[in-house]
Amino acid sequence: MKIALMGQPNSGKSTLFNHVAGYKAVTSNFPGKTVEYTLTKFNLFGQAIELVDLPGTYSLTSFDLAELEARKYLLNGDVDVVINVIDASLLSRSLELTLQLLELKLPMVICLNMIDEAERKGIRINVEKLSEVFGVPVVPAVAIKGKGIKGLFSTAYRVGEKKKIGKTIKFSKDVENVITPLSIQIKKTQIDQKFNIPERFLALKYLENDSYFIENYKKKSNDLFKEIGYFQNILKEAHGRPSDVVISSERHHLSMNIYESVVSLTKPHISLIDYMDNILMHPFLGYISLGLIFYLFFNLIFGVGKMVEEPLLGYFYKLIPLLGESIDSGTLLFSIISGMIQGLAGGIAIVLPYLFPFLFGLAILEDLGYLPRIAFLLDAFLHKIGLHGKAIIPFILGYGCTVPAIMATRILESKRDRFIASVLATMIPCAARMTIIFALVAFYISPQAALVIYILNIIVIIISGKILSHLLPEITPGMILEIPAYHIPSIKVAFAKTWLRMKEFIFVAWPLLIVGSTILSLLQYYKTDMFINNLFSPLTSLLGLPLVVGTTLIFGVLRKELSMLMLIQAIGTSNIAAVMSTTQIMTFTIFVIFYVPCVATIAVLWREIGSKRTLFAVAFTFVLAFVLATITRFVY
Amino acid sequence: MTITLDLIGENKKIKVVSISGGWGIRQRLGCLGIHPGDIITVKRSAIMRGPILISIHGNQVALGRGVARKVVVEAE
Repeated sequence: MKIALMGQPNSGKSTLFNHVAGYKAVTSNFPGKTVEYTLTKFNLFGQAIELVDLPGTYSLTSFDLAELEARKYLLNGDVDVVINVIDASLLSRSLELTLQLLELKLPMVICLNMIDEAERKGIRINVEKLSEVFGVPVVPAVAIKGKGIKGLFSTAYRVGEKKKIGKTIKFSKDVENVITPLSIQIKKTQIDQKFNIPERFLALKYLENDSYFIENYKKKSNDLFKEIGYFQNILKEAHGRPSDVVISSERHHLSMNIYESVVSLTKPHISLIDYMDNILMHPFLGYISLGLIFYLFFNLIFGVGKMVEEPLLGYFYKLIPLLGESIDSGTLLFSIISGMIQGLAGGIAIVLPYLFPFLFGLAILEDLGYLPRIAFLLDAFLHKIGLHGKAIIPFILGYGCTVPAIMATRILESKRDRFIASVLATMIPCAARMTIIFALVAFYISPQAALVIYILNIIVIIISGKILSHLLPEITPGMILEIPAYHIPSIKVAFAKTWLRMKEFIFVAWPLLIVGSTILSLLQYYKTDMFINNLFSPLTSLLGLPLVVGTTLIFGVLRKELSMLMLIQAIGTSNIAAVMSTTQIMTFTIFVIFYVPCVATIAVLWREIGSKRTLFAVAFTFVLAFVLATITRFVY
Repeated sequence: MTITLDLIGENKKIKVVSISGGWGIRQRLGCLGIHPGDIITVKRSAIMRGPILISIHGNQVALGRGVARKVVVEAE
């Protein structure tokens, strides 16, 4: 049996999903974080259940790519039961989607999630009555605490077995008088069968001017489209508004009426967290807090990282001379083993100490609901580079990893905005590059120098954004973003999310690192590394870098942090300051931050923005890296 | 008298009269519960012609200045 979780953004679908699947889907407190669907399988009453977590969608008329994905899945997929997840504290608005889902005539269960939050806000919902209105079961739940989930799935299972379909709620009479004949016309043309959806649903979508359904079938049945125009006009003339507004207003009124009939309002409990916006979104204090939060965050990462890196690195580098005592240091075996030790050491001592505090801090900020606030504060600034506030979300995720950042550009409405945001996101120093900044610059030069790199990076991104938006002059559609209530982050969930994101490093990057270190050892053993280094010598000598850097730059395309770890190995000491001047360390870091995105990023760019634009991004970032590194060489 | 939402000061309550933008903006605002006839409270207005924060049906929504300009409102 296949069960799909469907609901408006930030209603807790992924939290619910993770409760069943283990922490598989990233959850955060901002609307639109799920941009692809995630699947899991589990057993219920001895039956195999397939559960799908779909991206949130406000309505079944879809605008952004993530919403479209959800709708497509629901329309084409073989879903047996839909669980409509609702944020109970936003019941009236959420019912508008519920009304549309009922039109699809799929077996359905409503999950009133965050019922505790609704009660805190003074909204008491009569569950039985709501269930009676829609003719589908309604199950209250608190997904984050795991309350009501068992009951929800056993209800969903029963509904799926009986194939129980809810009631169709009727609009006002004059609107129904248009829907009914149009539905009959649609049935005649059998267009509904091509879509495999109920004719009434299709009639409504046509009255709403849904571009997907119109464009895909306009050519096939021209007569029908004359009919549609005729019916749209009836509504327009009777109500004095376009037919899409008539339908959405009808739905809005229905939802409000249902809401009023099932809810009794009591006094809301106001807690301290509700007052946080007085500071965090304040026109003056908001920006001060933003700066302060990121400054503290930066210091936390460096503090924790340094505390762990120093002793661990010292420990590992004692191992290699020890190895030399038992195996002759000129042999192939010694090269291989010492290469492996260095790969292992790089991961444990250099990358993880910085990666963990960063990802954990990011998880806390995300779950608290701070990200949409940043979008609000920075919207005006993002307009200066031709984007709008929502683009800050992929950018912030970019400090973690570029791949999900590029995926997150799907929350932007226009193709041009997605392209600009994707290219800029590749320039944001991801966690891999962060470890380079911290372990090289902050560690060997000073934390202030590292901070300067971050600030310079932002300036370069702003200038690049200006250039790109100048090349593609088009007005950004403007921000429409829900600012959700704050949630007190759960430490358990934050750890689970940190672990999910670290897994990527541990299981993908680290093995690559150990293999890479071993290969480099072999190259050094057979003296082939010099050949590669000579090949790169025009570049390295222009940048004033040691010759051995050449090979490391190749590894850097695989994973950015590899280039640093390889560098340590290539120059043969963990004390880089003894071999490279501060200028060289700076030049190297600047070059590595900007040059060609890593392989994983190129792959996702290719999929999201196409091959031509990806090649443009690669060339653009390479030229930028070269220019900036050259400047660094002579200025710093 | 009707004016556009971007000109409304903080902590004012107003009623939506119409949305002057095209199909896309009407639909997107509708999804967040903003329809003609709804009551909106303007909570905050960001500096430098940044977005405005409104409260609608117990929910907070940030609207970019350009978007707010397309919402025609009248004082309650």
